[in-house]
Amino acid sequence: MAEMDTSGGGGHKKGPGVKKGKKMSTRVDLTPMVDLGFLLITFFIFTTTMSQPTAMKLALPDDTAKPEEQNKAKASGALTILLGKDNHVFYYEGILQADASGTNFKSSNFKDIRDVIIHKKKTTDTADMVVVIKPNEESTYKNVIDILDEMSINVIGRYALVDITPDEDQLIKITEQSSGQ
Amino acid sequence: MARPKIARKSTSIDMTAMCDVAFLLLSFFILTTKFKPSEAVPINTPNSVASKIAPEKDVIMLSLNKDGKVFLSTGDGAADKANKKEIISTINSSNNLGLTDADIAALVKAPFIGVALAQLSQQAKIPIERMTGDALPGIPCKDTANNELIVWMRAVATVYAGQKPNLLLKGDNIAKYPSFKNILTAYRKNGFFKFQMVTNPESVPQGSDLWKKGTAAAK
Repeated sequence: MAEMDTSGGGGHKKGPGVKKGKKMSTRVDLTPMVDLGFLLITFFIFTTTMSQPTAMKLALPDDTAKPEEQNKAKASGALTILLGKDNHVFYYEGILQADASGTNFKSSNFKDIRDVIIHKKKTTDTADMVVVIKPNEESTYKNVIDILDEMSINVIGRYALVDITPDEDQLIKITEQSSGQ
Repeated sequence: MARPKIARKSTSIDMTAMCDVAFLLLSFFILTTKFKPSEAVPINTPNSVASKIAPEKDVIMLSLNKDGKVFLSTGDGAADKANKKEIISTINSSNNLGLTDADIAALVKAPFIGVALAQLSQQAKIPIERMTGDALPGIPCKDTANNELIVWMRAVATVYAGQKPNLLLKGDNIAKYPSFKNILTAYRKNGFFKFQMVTNPESVPQGSDLWKKGTAAAK
């Protein structure tokens, strides 16, 4: 039978002393790759559900209610918090007194106001306790949210967002100016 | 008795199939994750301890950006889009704006409404890519005499008659209080007394009353 020589032109055959390249297995161990895959999956699962925005509920008082139906707040249980510019917070308890004999108008900030609220809550009857929040024209949305948040942190049942009176606004401006802001 | 021969099997399993599944899931999650939806109106919301997740159905959202501009948008669902169309049609007929059907369709597709009523037909002609918070003036609500949000909220109340829309307010940290107050006025004038504010979650400070309540409930 005629044989075809397929071993290249030169007849360069490998001799018995030449080592053959060992045949390596083509199978790769996929375990680490699976590990990595599942690690990434868990990462994505967690990041998708974690950044959901939350919502804070706020109920507004009814404007149209008749005056006799509106809740009256006892002066002794009232704490009024005023918000000014640059995150300034002012507060007074009861009715504002601002004459020469002395004032109950005090300055505070967002860190200390919690202690004020806690103190007020401890010293007054829960049924009488009411917090009145009055932001002025220069306070920001964040300030309002922060103070409303403070209400839920301290579990204050009754609080109201009320328009500021010109007197109080004036007082805030004077205090801000005198403190060099 | 002939002992049955137990063939020695290799303990290594073929991982290819598992690997396929893992990467299939991985690509699914990567593709479905929205990292931060590119917002036409960038807003940095404040943090709060509220833990309730913001609703996504029947949403009427007012966005208040840092300049005090107000934009109105609805949810992305088909029902919400249908309601948005209703709202715009209601306003169109009640205020005689003369919007064409094409205008209304364009406004429904738009991510938000951010112009005065009189300019609605102009906003309808702006391509969606160019509708940004900087380019549009916002719904006028600066003064009480010309608070167009009241008109919008009235239309919302008409469309959602009988059912409760989820009113959401998404405000920027540094937006000023007066614009917030005007939005409250618009809600109140139309009998909406309950609404929700979109915030970022924050942990409850330890030792506070709410914290005590939470730990007591967990026990």
